[in-house]
Amino acid sequence: MNAATSGRSSGDVILDVKNISLAFGGVKALTDISFDVREHEVRAIIGPNGAGKSSMLNCINGVYTPQKGSITFRGHTFAHMNSRQVAEMGVARTFQSLALFKGMNVIDNIMSGRNLKMKTNLFQQAIYWGAAAREEHAHREFVEHIIDFLEIQAHRKTPVGRLPYGLQKRVDLGRALAMEPQVLLLDEPMAGMNVEEKQDMCRFVLDVNDEFGTTIVLIEHDMGVVMDISDRVVVLDYGKKIGDGTPEEVRNNEDVISAYLGTTH
Amino acid sequence: MESNVQTTFPRLMLEHAKQRPNAAALREKEYGIWQAITWQALATQVRHLACGMAEAGMKRGQHVVVIGDNRPRLYACMLAAQSLGAVPVPLYQDAVATEMVFPINNAEVAFAVVEDQEQVDKLLEIRPQCPQLARIWYDDPRGLRKYDEPGLASLDAVVEAGIARQQREPKFYDAEVATTRPEDVAAMFFTSGTTGNPKGVVHTHFTLLDRANAGKSFDKLTESEEVLAYMPPAWIGQNIFSYAQWLACGYVVNCPESSATVTIDLKEVGPTYYFAPPRIFEGLLTSVMIRMEDAGAFKKWLFHTFMAVARRVGPARMDGKPVSALDRLRWRLGDWFVFGPLRNTLGFSRVRVAYTAGEAIGPDLFTFYRSIGINLKQLYGQTETAVFVCLQPDHEVRADTVGVPIEGVEIKLTELGEILVKSPGLLKEYYKNEAATNEALTPDGWYHTGDAGFIDATGHLKIIDRAKDVGRIVGGASDGAMFAPKYVENKLKFFPHIKEAVAFGDKREKVCAFINIDFEAVGNWAEKRNLPYAGYTDLAQKPEVYELVRECVEKVNADLAQDALLAGSQVSRFLILHKELDADDGEMTRTRKVKRGYIADKYQVLVDALYGGRTEQFIETAVKFEDGRSGSVSATLKIVDAKTYPSMRRAA
Repeated sequence: MNAATSGRSSGDVILDVKNISLAFGGVKALTDISFDVREHEVRAIIGPNGAGKSSMLNCINGVYTPQKGSITFRGHTFAHMNSRQVAEMGVARTFQSLALFKGMNVIDNIMSGRNLKMKTNLFQQAIYWGAAAREEHAHREFVEHIIDFLEIQAHRKTPVGRLPYGLQKRVDLGRALAMEPQVLLLDEPMAGMNVEEKQDMCRFVLDVNDEFGTTIVLIEHDMGVVMDISDRVVVLDYGKKIGDGTPEEVRNNEDVISAYLGTTH
Repeated sequence: MESNVQTTFPRLMLEHAKQRPNAAALREKEYGIWQAITWQALATQVRHLACGMAEAGMKRGQHVVVIGDNRPRLYACMLAAQSLGAVPVPLYQDAVATEMVFPINNAEVAFAVVEDQEQVDKLLEIRPQCPQLARIWYDDPRGLRKYDEPGLASLDAVVEAGIARQQREPKFYDAEVATTRPEDVAAMFFTSGTTGNPKGVVHTHFTLLDRANAGKSFDKLTESEEVLAYMPPAWIGQNIFSYAQWLACGYVVNCPESSATVTIDLKEVGPTYYFAPPRIFEGLLTSVMIRMEDAGAFKKWLFHTFMAVARRVGPARMDGKPVSALDRLRWRLGDWFVFGPLRNTLGFSRVRVAYTAGEAIGPDLFTFYRSIGINLKQLYGQTETAVFVCLQPDHEVRADTVGVPIEGVEIKLTELGEILVKSPGLLKEYYKNEAATNEALTPDGWYHTGDAGFIDATGHLKIIDRAKDVGRIVGGASDGAMFAPKYVENKLKFFPHIKEAVAFGDKREKVCAFINIDFEAVGNWAEKRNLPYAGYTDLAQKPEVYELVRECVEKVNADLAQDALLAGSQVSRFLILHKELDADDGEMTRTRKVKRGYIADKYQVLVDALYGGRTEQFIETAVKFEDGRSGSVSATLKIVDAKTYPSMRRAA
């Protein structure tokens, strides 16, 4: 179900990636990539392994600095992004390999996503009573809403390392949501899940997009998921863009088919 | 209090709101914090809901289905419906959509109050078969924003309409409440019968309140009790403990956050008055034992030492019998180190009275809880009797009886041993089923319970089995002996490794049984022995597991051999099923009672193999998944003989 069936309308371009090139020494991870992302849409980035999808997300996120090209977010153009800056602008992400704090419980992990919104300084927090306590209560309420949204109430106090993989992914999503992002970058959120877990995750992703209007940029390998939930798709292969359009267009694109399935010569 | 009985539920609510407006009536955990709703707030909400429902056309005598978990707003809806003289009909929230068609059509239901999207979807699915269903009102709007169905609305909309109606006609609500009399129908409960279509059990305000008050005076319940409402509202027991007695006593009912958080919520609430079916107590004990096995050496030693003290001293102490000073000291030490913390972890720190019923409970299980200071007792009752028929008094608690008849109850036995009950709390009738009503209620007011039993020397009632299930052995060594399948099955289920059992033997030469292993307990047992297994079906067929189960069966046989009446019911052969019996497959009722006839038909080939002397049998069974799809499970089951013992005493 994409924008056509859900009645969701995509807005203006919120993120515009122009001519990004990224190389690590001799390895050209990305070569001259350009695409845009509209507000409120679900944009998928797909491609075979090693195509440069995570690198692309890392560039948007400010983890990597591309040698060439620019990124325009809400009209402001940056040659390179600073992670903190990007987060403050409202871009959140999840990680393929789950960068959660395994020893902390679920509440604390999601709370760590509220870090940017915390205004009290170190001294106020050391004393706690007063401004810091009030702020903590307000943030805790927000975190509880997220826990309710993701249906993980039973695991509030469980150390994250003890949870099954599927639930850890949900906590990762929760932490990204705690930032109240406008754009959510999801790096393979369905990896390692069975059908039921994938359906649950899809539902949450769609609910986030629907209820909060968050723009979603999604790297995913499961074609079923991509075709079902995304509005538009970008296809990368060996660092180059080989397809861009609606799921239907991309599915029938010759280059995309040969990239995945190979061609006979 | 006499006046407490000759009244209705809405009137009781208004009384509490008048006398203690700011006391907590209900609590619900929202966003991690327990939020209380006062009696005054509840009364206001009920008033608005009732007015809103009247606006939507609800009339006196009409039925309203209520489907969902225990939620304050659903309770408010039931009170609102009763205020108008309408009849709430709670249904099981985990029922499949098709199961709801019969009750809805039988009761000509036009209004439905449901908890969330899941229930809404089920009703929308069966709507074509229930054309009279006009309104579907939901409590939790999550996921329902895009729904556009006729008659579907949030309860918020009902409240809004109600506020408007209240302002236009301020006297409307109170007039409606005044019109409802105690003899009017208060609620209807469909019994999930083990055979045929469910029957609607009709209760009035009087029948439910009479029994609620009888239970209240028996256990001296007050308004400061704390109760956790976690069983399905469709079950009469839940209604009595968290609705009828709630209004009769005015105590606080706590609603858990979700079914996944019940154990956590139980610990946080610390109820003082608690009910759970035996399988929950069994499950708790199993999990305690499993976790103790994983504990360190010192803790294990501590646990086993003090549990030995508890077993020796505990029951006598609980019963008020004399205990030596030294033993008392030992128990106190145990309480400090082990029992207190254990009760706390289980959530039972403040339990004054805990009841269990519905199935027989194993003596070891019973002793365990009583020995660590939890006042666990048994009771006997049915949907048709508004639960309280027999209760065990505090100092006369035993594992093998179900208690003494309480205030208002008379019991007598037929020549065949069936128990008859006379009580003010008996059902008014079976809805639209005169035949069944006349079959169950005699003209002079005695109710056929359908259970076989007897009153023992101490005046306690003992249940043997369902009367129609009690059979006779025909032919063979025990020709003519009584065969009570439930009695045998219960004894087998007392072992933590056996989850479910089905015994066959009526009109047969010997008794044979199907057994379901308990996956958690046996899995744990297998892991401790480094026995690998690949899932339930695989574990169930391991020869080591068969040995384990055979030991259990033979222990039961040895026990039965001691019983004068039932020595002929010993199990000669058994097999372990490859899949767990499930209500979704129609093999059990929603309250987990086995449907013996249905199972005998479905597994005919296995029954034949058992009696035919085969040592193994291939079986393939269809299973239904929770979303309604079908699949199949197959395996070759081994069939094993068990040793039987000669009867210790000759049956008369």
